[in-house]
Amino acid sequence: MIGLSHYLIVSAILFSIGLMGVLRRRNLLMLFFATEVMLNAVNIAFAAFIIAIAASEVAVGLGILIVLYKKHGSLDLDDLASMRG
Amino acid sequence: MYEMIAFYLFSALTIVLFLITVMSKNVLYAMTALASGMVLISGFFFILGADFLGVVQLIVYVGAVMALYSFAMMFFDATRDIKEKNTPASLIFLLGGLSALVLVLMFAAPIHSEAIQALYPIHEGVGNAQDVGIVLFTKYLVPFEKMDQSLTKDTSVDAEDEILIQKDAK
Repeated sequence: MIGLSHYLIVSAILFSIGLMGVLRRRNLLMLFFATEVMLNAVNIAFAAFIIAIAASEVAVGLGILIVLYKKHGSLDLDDLASMRG
Repeated sequence: MYEMIAFYLFSALTIVLFLITVMSKNVLYAMTALASGMVLISGFFFILGADFLGVVQLIVYVGAVMALYSFAMMFFDATRDIKEKNTPASLIFLLGGLSALVLVLMFAAPIHSEAIQALYPIHEGVGNAQDVGIVLFTKYLVPFEKMDQSLTKDTSVDAEDEILIQKDAK
């Protein structure tokens, strides 16, 4: 029988996949995808209205992303490190 | 029995799809895998009997969020493969494994599954949407309205961005 712990384990696996993506990605758009995976994993575990927060995160983040792309011509994090001091 | 088959099918498929999202070099593949993974996650909600949440997941994530992403893709060069300078794989697997271990410990420590109880259990004879609505408009009224406000503000910010970009293009 499927219990609570099954769902929690699936959600933990999905969350660690997302975390791995966040650690590994250098492209900002792909980083956003990985964040989205993590949010979905939490959504399974707590069934809360994280959905709305995720939606607003995407709305704000994508606007910033587009402006960045217009300015720099790429979304690579290494290219964007212009504030080295 | 069917519940079990559905659960294992959905979980295997979501894990594979999200792995593709995280590993793929192509933005289009990653986005498609992400979208289908989200559709399958709504399947979890339907298995659990939370029909309303499942439908909300479908509408908001697959409808709104993925539409926003695919709209934004028009600004980027989506067909080209992304070149990323990656840190050595062994380090990533070590870090990922460690954090996964911490997570499992975090989840497993308080689990004597029975110790967790539903804060707002499903009532018999009352619709799912009705249940959610009652909780949302009594106990969580203030956070809900705050969230609503910030969402409207976000979309207006987005619209302003679009206008700015169009001005830039000219």
